[in-house]
Amino acid sequence: MEWVESNYGESEKLIISVASGKGGTGKTTIAVNLALSLSDVQLLDCDVEEPNCHIFIKPVFESSHTVFIPVPAVNQNKCDGCGRCEEVCLYNAIAVVNKKVIIFPELCHGCGSCTYFCPHKAIEEEKKEIGVIEIGKNGETQFVQGKLNAGMMMSPPVIRAVKKHINKKKTVIIDAPPGTSCPVITAIKDTDFVILVTEPTPFGLNDLVLAAEVVRKMRLPFGVIINRSDLGNKKTDEYCARENISVLMKIPFSKKIAGIYSRGDLIIKALPEYRKEFLELFKKIEQVKINRG
Amino acid sequence: MKVAITSSGPTLQSNVDPRFGRCPYYIIYETEDGSFKAVENKSSLAAGGAGIQAGQNISDMKVEAVVTGNVGPNAFRVLSAASIKIYSGATGSVKDAIDKFKNGEYKETAGPDVESHFGMGRK
Repeated sequence: MEWVESNYGESEKLIISVASGKGGTGKTTIAVNLALSLSDVQLLDCDVEEPNCHIFIKPVFESSHTVFIPVPAVNQNKCDGCGRCEEVCLYNAIAVVNKKVIIFPELCHGCGSCTYFCPHKAIEEEKKEIGVIEIGKNGETQFVQGKLNAGMMMSPPVIRAVKKHINKKKTVIIDAPPGTSCPVITAIKDTDFVILVTEPTPFGLNDLVLAAEVVRKMRLPFGVIINRSDLGNKKTDEYCARENISVLMKIPFSKKIAGIYSRGDLIIKALPEYRKEFLELFKKIEQVKINRG
Repeated sequence: MKVAITSSGPTLQSNVDPRFGRCPYYIIYETEDGSFKAVENKSSLAAGGAGIQAGQNISDMKVEAVVTGNVGPNAFRVLSAASIKIYSGATGSVKDAIDKFKNGEYKETAGPDVESHFGMGRK
């Protein structure tokens, strides 16, 4: 597709990622409703272990391609069993005993260190399939999602493969996975703004604090959306105030919204007043970008 | 011959730890003269591949037999490739396990007896 080969240099548009720390706080709800409130937008589902934006976007998929990682294969004619590959593998995917290399492909992250450091150039790389990228659209909204194959543990290569499709001519919304580890970092890296979606419960706050630490360490501008904001307690508000974190939006706990979500519908369609709220959310984020230059 | 016993502590009175890859210590026992030393298992907290790395380390120490509670498939592959004999099913103190081993009370294990991640405490 022509927009895959877009020019990265000329972008004035925002790339916004939606992350959370705690799972089930409403990342996808925010990502899809924000995306479809805007025009000229591209939505990337980087929650590749369980991508679910498609339920709300209902895209027509136009193409797909397989994601591979390189895993080592040893050329026995060149290998002298020196053990260098085992030393440099951070993931314990290689053992060398009795001068024989044993490879555990399911532990390999495809980093390529063993190939690089092998003094005898005895490591040849084989392609291992770990997931798939699917590209489609609904009307003007471009949509890309990654799916990690069942049983695979390494989602970052699939997330990176999704992000290769970023179209800088459009506003990009990225639905990130939950948590605070490599998959989240891969998803939010190099984005202009991170929305952290939370809920005002002890679990929500605990994971928000962790996520905020990660985002601060990555020096990314961010703000918080408090979902189901009338549940729980005030500690999330207090934390944000104390830490000078802006609360961009609040969504109340509502049976109506839960029902809309459960049917795979959009809040902005069922409750049109929310479109304005999402547009205001976007304006606030744009303003942060302008203020930072 | 050097025998490695998976141990919960650094002494012969410590209990055998049932996990090969994630036990805190190995007691490396020399059957020739009855001497032993305790070696910390650096793989016990590995994010992944603990059994593989532990198998590598045990092999590097020129151990010829392992006495443990259970051994998983990846560790089994490494230990087998290193021609290290595996005796699983050991319980009680390390000292008891050594005595039983010397009396030939353990049978050599023919294959892995637990799934991967057994030693990670997940049920």
